[in-house]
Amino acid sequence: MSVARLVLREIRHRKITFLLSTLAVAAAVACVVAQLSLLHRYDLATEKLIAAKEAETREKMAKLEDDYRKITLGMGFNVLILPKDQNLGDFYAEDFASKMMPEEYATRLAKSHVATINHIMPSLQQKVRWDEQGRSILLMGIRGEVYVQSGKQKPLVNPVPAGSIVLGYELHQPLKLTEGQKVKLMGREFTVSKLNPPRGNKDDITAWINLPEAQEILGKPGLINGILALDCTCDTRDRLSLIRAEIARILPDTQIIEFQSQALARAEARGRAGDEARASIEAEIQNRARMRQTREAFAATLVPLVALGSGVWIALLALGNVRDRSAEIGILRALGLRTSHVLFLFLGRALLAGFLGSLVGFLAGVLAVPPPMLSYQLPFLPVAFLAAPLLAALSAWVPAYWAAQRDPAEILVSE
Amino acid sequence: MILDIRNLSKTYRGPDGPVQALDRVSLAIGAGEFLAVQGASGCGKTTLLLAAGGLLEPTGGEVFVAGQNPYALEPEKRAAFRAAAVGFVFQQFHLIPYLSVLDNVLAPSLAMPRADARQAAVGLIERFGLASRIRHVPSELSTGERQRVALARALLNNPRLILADEPTGNLDPDNAAVVLDHLSAFAAGGGSVLLVTHDASIAARAQQVYKMP
Repeated sequence: MSVARLVLREIRHRKITFLLSTLAVAAAVACVVAQLSLLHRYDLATEKLIAAKEAETREKMAKLEDDYRKITLGMGFNVLILPKDQNLGDFYAEDFASKMMPEEYATRLAKSHVATINHIMPSLQQKVRWDEQGRSILLMGIRGEVYVQSGKQKPLVNPVPAGSIVLGYELHQPLKLTEGQKVKLMGREFTVSKLNPPRGNKDDITAWINLPEAQEILGKPGLINGILALDCTCDTRDRLSLIRAEIARILPDTQIIEFQSQALARAEARGRAGDEARASIEAEIQNRARMRQTREAFAATLVPLVALGSGVWIALLALGNVRDRSAEIGILRALGLRTSHVLFLFLGRALLAGFLGSLVGFLAGVLAVPPPMLSYQLPFLPVAFLAAPLLAALSAWVPAYWAAQRDPAEILVSE
Repeated sequence: MILDIRNLSKTYRGPDGPVQALDRVSLAIGAGEFLAVQGASGCGKTTLLLAAGGLLEPTGGEVFVAGQNPYALEPEKRAAFRAAAVGFVFQQFHLIPYLSVLDNVLAPSLAMPRADARQAAVGLIERFGLASRIRHVPSELSTGERQRVALARALLNNPRLILADEPTGNLDPDNAAVVLDHLSAFAAGGGSVLLVTHDASIAARAQQVYKMP
């Protein structure tokens, strides 16, 4: 016979009150586990949502990047490298540079591994008379891209094959020219390889031919008068000064002007779109954080209230248990049991309710927020296994102490 | 002397002022003696019994049990002394309702554990004719059986003194006789018995009778 056995026998005898105490503990533990699980689930949902938004933004930005490449292809390049001695007033008045520089400059620039430019396209451009058709045109000789990175680089402009000609809208449309048709230019025959749509700029009166052929026609062998270049790797908005600085080191005999600033505006718009997407994600994160704080505040109010309610409930049940067992306390004290024995009778009961309640409550808390997240929830079990009996024992302490301090003589006389 | 009570007084605080429950009572019981205290209801018999058993500190006088004044001891030591020296039997039996006969008889061993407690309990149960009831709980016993269980419980720790408060008050004459026979046998074996009763016929079974005023 031991006091522990006495505790177990008494629990078996008064199952209902023990069950009610256990349920009170279980309710508190379930509330804690469920609330923490809900917060964790919310965090997981937030992570998923933000990851999805980030992926969506990445996808949009990639599409913008591609759109940008296509747009810049249609609009031209955003910097133009000219010979240093070129008078810009003349250049703007004539629409082409009158000064020349060696074609080799384009190759030198590409081989220098210039960091701020991705695409380099040398050209020889001059306003000429297309006597065969009775009009003035801009003749542009191009050789396609001189690759900065490698031959696998995706080109913005394809070279015009020798013997072919690409015509702007105002050249082919009035003349009703078609692709594959033969035309004569400055005494030389070309096959129309492409007819450009209207662009609303000087491209509409431009004819593109192969660079060596243009050099030959214009009597400028090995010479060019411009290098069209596209910057697309420099993140800063003040790209022009960076490009100027870098190219000045490589090609000191040149000057650079901003060309087709609309392309730059588009690039910056792309940057702004990226910024807005990031700001939208940040706003979502902050919104979710605010909602989490609200949920956390609710849990921080609910959990102590439930714990307090459970504690009061356990204390009331323990008090009822002490009152029901007055005669037992009296006789046990008369038989010589000490106050510590009586304390153990009641606290032991509360501790067992706490242990059992922690297990039941943990399971209830896990099942209340399906599906279970055991890797997150399992660490709560040992904490509940320690804290719940402590809560139960603390709640039962006052009634147990009262029982231990009761005068056995008074009980026995009154009974 | 096993029980020596000298000028014992006890005053309670009542709602209308102090109540004198005991007024300078003196009596003594030696080994092998059976003393009955007889008196009307409310004369202080139960107060005398509880004070003699170390459960109710008197307001005056002294109590000695086997030469030891229990009230000179710290409460925890007094409880241990009571467990070793005194056995109680009450009119209401005061059995623990959720324990079997065996566990009820073993209850005093909670305060004074001993290796042979179970063997001793079984021996007492057999001696009191309760072997067939050993697994039963009090609600499954007759009143006579319950009082025999209470008596067996009082004897488990081999006390020097049995204090019996109206032990036959709820029993029929046959069962009362059985209980009194067992108390007499305990006294005959060298123990001491203090029985309080209002019934003169029950008191007559004792060797001596002390009449409360």
